[in-house]
Amino acid sequence: MKLPIYMDNHSTTPVDPTVLEAMLPYFTEKFGNAASRNHAFGWEAEAAVDAARQQIAALINADPKEIVFTSGATESDNLALRGIAEMYREKGDHIITTVTEHRAILDTAKRLEKMGFSVTYVPVRADGLVDPDVIKQAITPKTILISAILANNEIGTINPVAEIGTIAKERGILFHSDATQAVGKIPVDVQAMGIDLMSFTAHKMYGPKGIGALYVRRKNPRVRLAPMIDGGGHERGMRSGTLPVPLIVGFGKAADICRQMMPEESKRLTALRDRLRDGIMTQLDETYLNGHPTRRLPNNVNISFAYVEGESLLMGLKDIALSSGSACTSASLEPSYVLKALGVGSELAHSSIRYGLGRFNTEEEVEYVIRRTVEIVTKLREMSPLYEMAKEGIDLSKVEWKGEH
Amino acid sequence: MAYSEKVIDHYNNPRNVGSLDKNDPGVGTGIVGAPECGDVMKLQIRVDEGVIVDAKFKTFGCGSAIASSSLATEWLKGRTVNEAMQIKNTDIVNELHLPPVKIHCSVLAEDAIKAALEDYRKKHGEQAGTREPAAMERKH
Ligand SMILES: Cc1ncc(COP(=O)(O)O)c(C=O)c1O
Repeated sequence: MKLPIYMDNHSTTPVDPTVLEAMLPYFTEKFGNAASRNHAFGWEAEAAVDAARQQIAALINADPKEIVFTSGATESDNLALRGIAEMYREKGDHIITTVTEHRAILDTAKRLEKMGFSVTYVPVRADGLVDPDVIKQAITPKTILISAILANNEIGTINPVAEIGTIAKERGILFHSDATQAVGKIPVDVQAMGIDLMSFTAHKMYGPKGIGALYVRRKNPRVRLAPMIDGGGHERGMRSGTLPVPLIVGFGKAADICRQMMPEESKRLTALRDRLRDGIMTQLDETYLNGHPTRRLPNNVNISFAYVEGESLLMGLKDIALSSGSACTSASLEPSYVLKALGVGSELAHSSIRYGLGRFNTEEEVEYVIRRTVEIVTKLREMSPLYEMAKEGIDLSKVEWKGEH
Repeated sequence: MAYSEKVIDHYNNPRNVGSLDKNDPGVGTGIVGAPECGDVMKLQIRVDEGVIVDAKFKTFGCGSAIASSSLATEWLKGRTVNEAMQIKNTDIVNELHLPPVKIHCSVLAEDAIKAALEDYRKKHGEQAGTREPAAMERKH
């Protein structure tokens, strides 16, 4: 087993060697511009892009013409929200989204609010799921778009998007989903789920960074979108700019591998996930699983360890790449807004660790991570005044703390 | 973020982790910070004839908070109560090479020192050994 261990696959994934191999010729001998219509270099590039578009469309049950390439899911989220808001403004100025979206959605929604749109951020349940009924109740005659994350990047909770899609369709409202963490990991079907627009990205599914896609429905209904980047009219005018052919080829190959491996891979990861969760939680008291126990990505475990702070935990687990909801690990002073939206108290949000399993993690690594986590949590609890007080029977919630900031 | 070697050393080999009897008249206890903020430090001193003869800490917080309190216990031992009052958070920042985002850890450590000294003084201003540590007394 090699150290350090990478177990932060919600942040990004390594490029699968097969994907890299497929990409390489498109940097050098097959370097053509896919928009060059009158020579073999261009045709070769265009054919490669077409093939990739098909591979990607096949993974989500879409038509290849419905795939718009972008630089990643952040851009796709921006394009979906701003593109729809601008295009459908005459129809209405209200957008519904959820409190556990990625920043790419939340910050775009904030910008739209500044531009005069009104946005409803619906809450989630304690298990992290969005209640479709709550979305339904938020609909007004002015609602033009509902945007709900498919699988959450911190807690891996999988939302009931098909039900939300049905509601949106009944009311003639467009439905966008940020499926960045879901595509390639669990079956995603834009038809069955009633999704009109969907964001995803290659680097979360063993493809390269810097390439993503926005699925834009062409039939029932035909979705129109105001572009954010104007220019040569690429991607049916929705996103101009010369296509990065090597990245697109890699994205296509990554999608193809995910589609083929998914049944076997998700089974393997689910088993590793459950082993990791149980291995840690049966050995340590006062640990809490954040998110839904079963409606969850096969690769996500998110646990709060009472009485120890997340960053110090990560420091002890320095040969394992993980992330924490602790404020100390982010630029802001606030701990994870996703955990807080679930009603997890600040102290437990500070104590959370996210484990993101991936294609290249092994059973041996999982066992090592369990062992190290138990060791470090135990060591830090011995050092924790909160643990000591709790063991003395003091109710920490009743203590009036000095120096709160 | 990369940690300084000194922070890593204190994190890996924390000095003086533990607790002293808070009801002992010779012991001063300071508990500062709050769990919601992600840091709580407990710092205790044992004073004998005006000199700090022992110091212990327990900290809930990031690596820099642990290192700051560990360092504080090292510095406290052997100092008189009056000398201990002179320890400044900036001394801790300089010793541990804390980056700007971690300065609050050193501030908390200074507060913990002050709170422990204050608790000790209170005990001796009044009947020794009859009071709870400062942070706990306002419990409701
Ligand atoms: C749910 C979600 N949306 C959007 C993004 C942004 O993706 P990208 O890095 O491709 O811009 C991420 C990645 O962190 C994500 O997890």
